[in-house]
Amino acid sequence: MAFFSSTATVPQNLTFVSSNKLSFSPSSTTSFNFVSFPSFQSKFCKTITSSPQITRAHAPPTPSTETTTASSFHGLCYVVGDNIDTDQIIPAEHLTLVPSKPDEYQKLGSFALIGLPDSYTVRFVESGETKTKYSIIIGGANFGCGSSREHAPVALGASGAAAVVAESYARIFFRNSVATGEVYPLESETRLCEECRTGDVVTVELAENRLINHTTGKEYQLKPIGDAGPVIEAGGIFAYARKTGMIPTR
Amino acid sequence: MASSLVPSPSTSFFHTTKKDLNLSSFSSSSQRCHKHASRKIYCSVAAPQQTQRTPSTTGSVKTAMTMTEKIMARASEKQQVRPGDNIWTNVDILMTHDVCGPGSIGIFKKEFGEDAKVWDREKVVIIPDHYIFTSDERANRNVDILRDFCNEQDIKYFYDIKDLSNFKANPDYKGVCHIALAQEGHCRPGEVLLGTDSHTCTAGAFGQFATGIGNTDAGFVLGAGKLLLKVPPTLRFVMDGEMPDYLLAKDLILQIIGEITVAGATYKSMEFVGSTVESLNMEERMTLCNMVVEAGGKNGVIPPDSVTYKYLEGKTSVPYESVYSDQQARFLSGYRFDVTKLEPLVAKPHSPDNRALARECKDVKINRVYIGSCTGGKTEDFMAAAKVFLASGGKKVKVPTFLVPATQKVWMDVYSLPVPGSGGKTCSQIFEEAGCDTPASPSCGACLGGPKDTYARMNEPQVCVSTTNRNFPGRMGHREGEIYLASPYTAAASALTGYVTDPREFLQ
Repeated sequence: MAFFSSTATVPQNLTFVSSNKLSFSPSSTTSFNFVSFPSFQSKFCKTITSSPQITRAHAPPTPSTETTTASSFHGLCYVVGDNIDTDQIIPAEHLTLVPSKPDEYQKLGSFALIGLPDSYTVRFVESGETKTKYSIIIGGANFGCGSSREHAPVALGASGAAAVVAESYARIFFRNSVATGEVYPLESETRLCEECRTGDVVTVELAENRLINHTTGKEYQLKPIGDAGPVIEAGGIFAYARKTGMIPTR
Repeated sequence: MASSLVPSPSTSFFHTTKKDLNLSSFSSSSQRCHKHASRKIYCSVAAPQQTQRTPSTTGSVKTAMTMTEKIMARASEKQQVRPGDNIWTNVDILMTHDVCGPGSIGIFKKEFGEDAKVWDREKVVIIPDHYIFTSDERANRNVDILRDFCNEQDIKYFYDIKDLSNFKANPDYKGVCHIALAQEGHCRPGEVLLGTDSHTCTAGAFGQFATGIGNTDAGFVLGAGKLLLKVPPTLRFVMDGEMPDYLLAKDLILQIIGEITVAGATYKSMEFVGSTVESLNMEERMTLCNMVVEAGGKNGVIPPDSVTYKYLEGKTSVPYESVYSDQQARFLSGYRFDVTKLEPLVAKPHSPDNRALARECKDVKINRVYIGSCTGGKTEDFMAAAKVFLASGGKKVKVPTFLVPATQKVWMDVYSLPVPGSGGKTCSQIFEEAGCDTPASPSCGACLGGPKDTYARMNEPQVCVSTTNRNFPGRMGHREGEIYLASPYTAAASALTGYVTDPREFLQ
């Protein structure tokens, strides 16, 4: 697992919409070496442990649970099909949990993808666990369709997933993923949900728009992030708005 | 005249597939459409070859815009916008409820400061409606969070509820947010309405840009009063013909979703026009726009007209200005339906686009019927259900039939308005005689399952015909529950037989 040393620099105007995940403050002395996309990287980087309070606690001591270098995600993948709607990602009965409250945020993570039908014999989060061992979710078409509930990308992120690679997304889910920084929403060129299987070890190379399945030895092209790029690069909608002068800096 | 779409530099929205070109795009379920000489608007993928002239070489030529483009242009203080543009859009109304409000408030305070004030205390409308009549402590706490925020911010429109044992004891409480927004006059032509709920698109029935957003975006709007939005291209749906008396708007939208699939309108606007649309009342128009999101749509719009203005009379004192698509506006593609050829539909489990004729499902035994939600729990929806019970000549329902009026006002209408042709009976009387459950306290109810003690929640794997909007696995509670989405006519007919039933069994 790769960890960031506490010597790189955090841009001053960086803000995080879900700071439960990464508790940086501008005055902190923590810093990183970023290879590319410095701002969003802090948002999406899952193994930043320079701040002692943050522990990327993956309870099961499986090998290579998850690593993040400056521009990639690595770990086990979990494969789902088409039209995975928000009720399957986080059933409505759990929506009383408020994502902006840290303890309820963690609880949401434990319920991630619990709504999947029983045909999914391998659960995303094992019963009794609060975190997942899968860093990357591979989906089919129209991932995240249904409700606008931001609890959906939040639950995935809180569970420990780093990225979703889907054939296509429903718009509100995509938007919420970008806004929260909870999971990085990537699009594949082909139907990876038919090429990969749950448990395969994969790496996503962001700069090269590429997914490597180490278990099968195959590589796949991903689509560039598109219009959401500047917002992700800035660090989310708030950071982007401050950067472009739309709202005052703090 | 068929306007053509000049390929824009980023042709990312030019992704309708070849099959949109063939006549199936223009057909109703059972007939092939012929190209009419006066056909107006359609263009799909194969724009004719023409020399590309980049915008800069044509000077400041003003391009015609669709209704959605015009609303967004005005809201972003631009003369002109094009599909694909990302623009900072001023927001006229922001709505939130008990499920997403607390999270949005949390983000607002974290980003703008604990003492920050909302951008406009009259433009934030806070409507508890989802998990209200439950003993779930967190759900009740969430309404308290909303109340504290509204007190602190002096929010003008907060439809509060405190006494859960008797909804009528709460004078401010309304119920389902999208219906409350309309009934309280917060929906106005030409405006931008954002809400932390996917069915915010319902308000497009009023000729405004209305779409759902998440907590983070809402937290941003609370402080800034604007949001970065991408201008969607528009799909145009023309519906003509006199509405048969066994069809409702729900059938029309199920037809459309079945046609274009649950991702057919992703990132797109859906515009509904035609003589049939013009003949619909406001609540039926709301039903049409409500399920735009089930096709993946960003927003739906219906051009305002005298029906709109009549509905708005006395509801709002805020001036508004309608906009309409230009004659030469460019649409991504068009669909035309002759509604006289359509039949009552259902969406079978487990997808809103799993379209089937109701009559072809007549062997499907059901366990329950649910009539409620923003989609099918309005006054007109209950009137429609009552009409079927009445037409059956006093038959009783064969399965538990749950009725959940969307708002206090709907509940009162159900108990007070006479049903035409009944000799002065109210919906509630007709429902009682038919053996339905007593109409429940108004809220979103079991449409989305909710806490385990929610009225009419599906806690066992059962088969339900429902006037709600989604039927993905587990939607109403139990993961193996089977939900058939249908119109109030079809739901009532099914209740009477205990099977999925075409309402013509009773209405003709």
